[in-house]
Amino acid sequence: MKKPITKLIHEYLRHDKKFPHVWCPGCGNGIVLGGLIRAIDAVGLSKDQVVLVSGIGCSGRMSVYVDFNTLHTTHGRALTFATGIKLVKPELTVVVVMGDGDALSIGGNHLIHAARRNVDINAIIVNNQIYGMTGGQFSSTTPYGAYATTSPYGNIEHAFPISELAVVAGASFVARATVYHAQLLEGMIEAALKKRGFSLVEVISTCPVQYGRRNKLADPVAMMTYLKENSVKKEKADTMDPKEIKDKFVIGILADVEKPVYMEDYLQVKEKSKS
Amino acid sequence: MEETRREKRYGHTIFRDWCKQCGICVAFCPKKVFDRDPKGAPIVARPQDCIGCRFCELHCPDFAISITEKDQRN
Ligand SMILES: Cc1ncc(C[n+]2csc(CCOP(=O)(O)OP(=O)(O)O)c2C)c(N)n1
Ligand code: SF4
Ligand code: SF4
Ligand code: SF4
Repeated sequence: MKKPITKLIHEYLRHDKKFPHVWCPGCGNGIVLGGLIRAIDAVGLSKDQVVLVSGIGCSGRMSVYVDFNTLHTTHGRALTFATGIKLVKPELTVVVVMGDGDALSIGGNHLIHAARRNVDINAIIVNNQIYGMTGGQFSSTTPYGAYATTSPYGNIEHAFPISELAVVAGASFVARATVYHAQLLEGMIEAALKKRGFSLVEVISTCPVQYGRRNKLADPVAMMTYLKENSVKKEKADTMDPKEIKDKFVIGILADVEKPVYMEDYLQVKEKSKS
Repeated sequence: MEETRREKRYGHTIFRDWCKQCGICVAFCPKKVFDRDPKGAPIVARPQDCIGCRFCELHCPDFAISITEKDQRN
């Protein structure tokens, strides 16, 4: 018999918080949180073995609702707090949830350096392609030409490809999923949790209110359909003409490499310095 | 002798206080198990058609729908 999904998720929520949660109807944040909870349960970690660190933004509210060790930090700096936690408590599994603005705009430098150092952290970037919480300004991942409150004539900046950036920066594990592909998402987070070193899962998410409303995708169902129709599995993308996948979301595992992990080398340095 | 047929049946629980009427479960259910009430929330109209795929449960952003499995002998 399949495990009852919603029942399991409810077991991980802080029921002293106000529900329904604060997110808008059809917002992808809830789907990401569900996937994260199921992945942690599948790996078999107890609530106390996990620290969930988040920044500021709609996605940052995740750490409020769920019963792990949690730390709700400042905008853009979640990875720095998480690195500190991992250095002091290497036995804990550290998960960081960030919005695209949080992780790539204000916090972009922390992201590439955490990947470069290969700190043993699991980063989840909820890429809704907009600043949700502050009212729909374009972020560094808003597509070229898309509409935002700050780009009423269409965005003239180009989007960072988050996952590809993490690959070249040196992350051990990089994967992309969307909230439409919830089962894949859960599997990618599970693989990230099991992997040593810096893991990043980029989740293309839905913000029907701040992004959708300005880009003919105000209906949550339309946003989900858009993700469904514009995603291509990595295996298939590898066989396609790069021109065909230019505006598509390539989903699946993009990098999975073995390399020295910062924490392990750091502990060795600590030992050497004593002798 | 009467023939026994084992068939899977599924129970559907909607937590109405948590549902935000986003329409995702209704639109994407492959068996069109739900209708929408005037506010947009799901009504379990055709539970016998459910195949237990859990799409609704995996995608409800508000953890407001629960599918349970019950084995039945008909
Ligand atoms: C240092 C600092 N600068 C700016 C802000 C204002 N601010 C709060 S959330 C946010 C961006 C939200 O977008 P994103 O990180 O993509 O998360 P989302 O709300 O879309 O989940 C900004 C600019 C802040 N809180 N702190
Ligand atoms: S503004 Fe967008 S990201 Fe924020 S809760 Fe609403 S739908 Fe979600
Ligand atoms: S489990 Fe699948 S078939 Fe059954 S109601 Fe949900 S989406 Fe429809
Ligand atoms: S997916 Fe969830 S919140 Fe949306 S209409 Fe269905 S039960 Fe309600």
